[in-house]
Amino acid sequence: MKTEYKIIVDLIEEKTRVLDVGCDDGTLMDSLKRNKNVDARGIEISKDKVQTCVSKGLTVIEGNAELDLKQFPNDSFDYVVLGQTLQAFVNPEIVIKELLRVGKKAIITIPNFGHWKVRLNLLIKGTMPITESLPNDWYNTPNIHMCTIKDFVKFSKIINFKIFKSLALTNKNISNINNSNLFYKNLFAELGIFLIEK
Amino acid sequence: MNIKENIKTLIIKKPLKLDCGKTINNYPLAYETYGSLNKNKDNAILVFHALTGDQFVTGINPITKKDGWWSYAVGPNKSIDTNKYFVICANVIGGCMGSYGPSHKNPDTNKIYGTDFPIITINDMVNAQVNLLDHFKIKKLFSVVGGSMGGMQVLQFISNYPDKASTVVPIACTSNHSAQNIAFNELGRQAIASDHNWSDGKYLSNNTLPDKGLSVARMAAHITYLSKKGLQEKFGRKLQERDALKFGFDADFQIESYLRYQGSVFVDRFDANSYLYITRAMDYFDLVKQFDGNLSNAFKKTKAKFFVISFTSDWLYPTQENKDIVIALNAIGADVGFVEIKSDKGHDSFLLDVPDFLKTLKNFLNKSYSER
Repeated sequence: MKTEYKIIVDLIEEKTRVLDVGCDDGTLMDSLKRNKNVDARGIEISKDKVQTCVSKGLTVIEGNAELDLKQFPNDSFDYVVLGQTLQAFVNPEIVIKELLRVGKKAIITIPNFGHWKVRLNLLIKGTMPITESLPNDWYNTPNIHMCTIKDFVKFSKIINFKIFKSLALTNKNISNINNSNLFYKNLFAELGIFLIEK
Repeated sequence: MNIKENIKTLIIKKPLKLDCGKTINNYPLAYETYGSLNKNKDNAILVFHALTGDQFVTGINPITKKDGWWSYAVGPNKSIDTNKYFVICANVIGGCMGSYGPSHKNPDTNKIYGTDFPIITINDMVNAQVNLLDHFKIKKLFSVVGGSMGGMQVLQFISNYPDKASTVVPIACTSNHSAQNIAFNELGRQAIASDHNWSDGKYLSNNTLPDKGLSVARMAAHITYLSKKGLQEKFGRKLQERDALKFGFDADFQIESYLRYQGSVFVDRFDANSYLYITRAMDYFDLVKQFDGNLSNAFKKTKAKFFVISFTSDWLYPTQENKDIVIALNAIGADVGFVEIKSDKGHDSFLLDVPDFLKTLKNFLNKSYSER
């Protein structure tokens, strides 16, 4: 299982209710069910992946986070997870607000656009960066709102949500992000993982 | 109809108060079963049939000598695996395959009911069928499954009997009939009523049959079960056993010939008055209204696990209407999964060989069964 998922599983408390938005093939939900005895639900846009989830016995609805989060009442989950898709939404602000309406807490992971390879790619080649975590060309990428770890921290102040825990994933190593190391983490982390609250 | 010997019938002694206010008792409910009930009696699935279906879900239908209406989905090792599950299906009341309906005699007058038969609702249908659970001494079904009108019965069943099923699978259905659906049903009913042989529903006493009207009703309905794309691909403008147009009103096009055929075989197996009664029951179905405008309340008492399935090309019960059920369930934190299956086969997709659908249904049931 991806290190990212292991970190998320560690962040989530046992026997809670979790909604995985963009749950993909259900790997994370499955692990949450097994390891944390979690009541897990998923939303996934791809029909094939929904069918894969069903074959694993997971409760998933086919849908789109921007349209389908609306149907869940306030605080209906303890955690809502959004893995590496915030940058693909038309309006990330509304999505974060919806996540925090539906869930008491949210876990958001973002591919860090501030990573040195991304910066170097643009600086040297002069073309839009293509890396392992950002494999698409500019014209076919689903990512329309890329951000860096620093941007996300800044965003928390702009739209007013609390970052409860922020973690950096660098070469499969996990470390805490704080004000004093933000510059370095923003340069070296491939992924930022944030546990947030209203 | 000389079909009685192949039909299993349960006589329901317990009086059933119908929504129309009348009460029926000592009425027959025809049913069929497949597979066997296990010791714990926890492997039973109640399948509900659609408008023109019957209790003969799979295998050869002993009356029509054709494949059962859900042969693709139900049988050994199929989506609803009869090696594993005990499948029960009853003919709806108001129907014409042995259950109490308009072709039965009114015990008070000793005449065939015809349109004197009381109006039946989806609620009445499931309230009649729940008696099968007592008959088989089943406390709780593993699942209730059905498509189209069968799906409406699924929803009504779990609403009426929240503790009587562990899993709930409404397929290609709705929580209330749209104006368009009522309109199509009315077209069918008017086609039957305008056939001279219908004689205000008294045709069985007169020894005539409103074949023409029923056949037109079926033709019109059949179009609504398919999709534009599916029709175009299958028939296009292909001509029927001729090289050129005949400049007349014979069936020049294959689609015309196909529809005429569908109409003609339908009248051999279906009763015109039953068609009126069952379409009326569908039109009257409004689970939202039953719960004062809040569909969520229909499911508040149940802990069952739901799985809702719709089809991309189904314009009779489109995805949005299926999704409204999902939304109502999510609003109360119910355990609900949902998938829209890609298919060009229209509303009929659930009856046909649509591998993604059959696989998904199988996976949902088998996984839920092993985790129960």
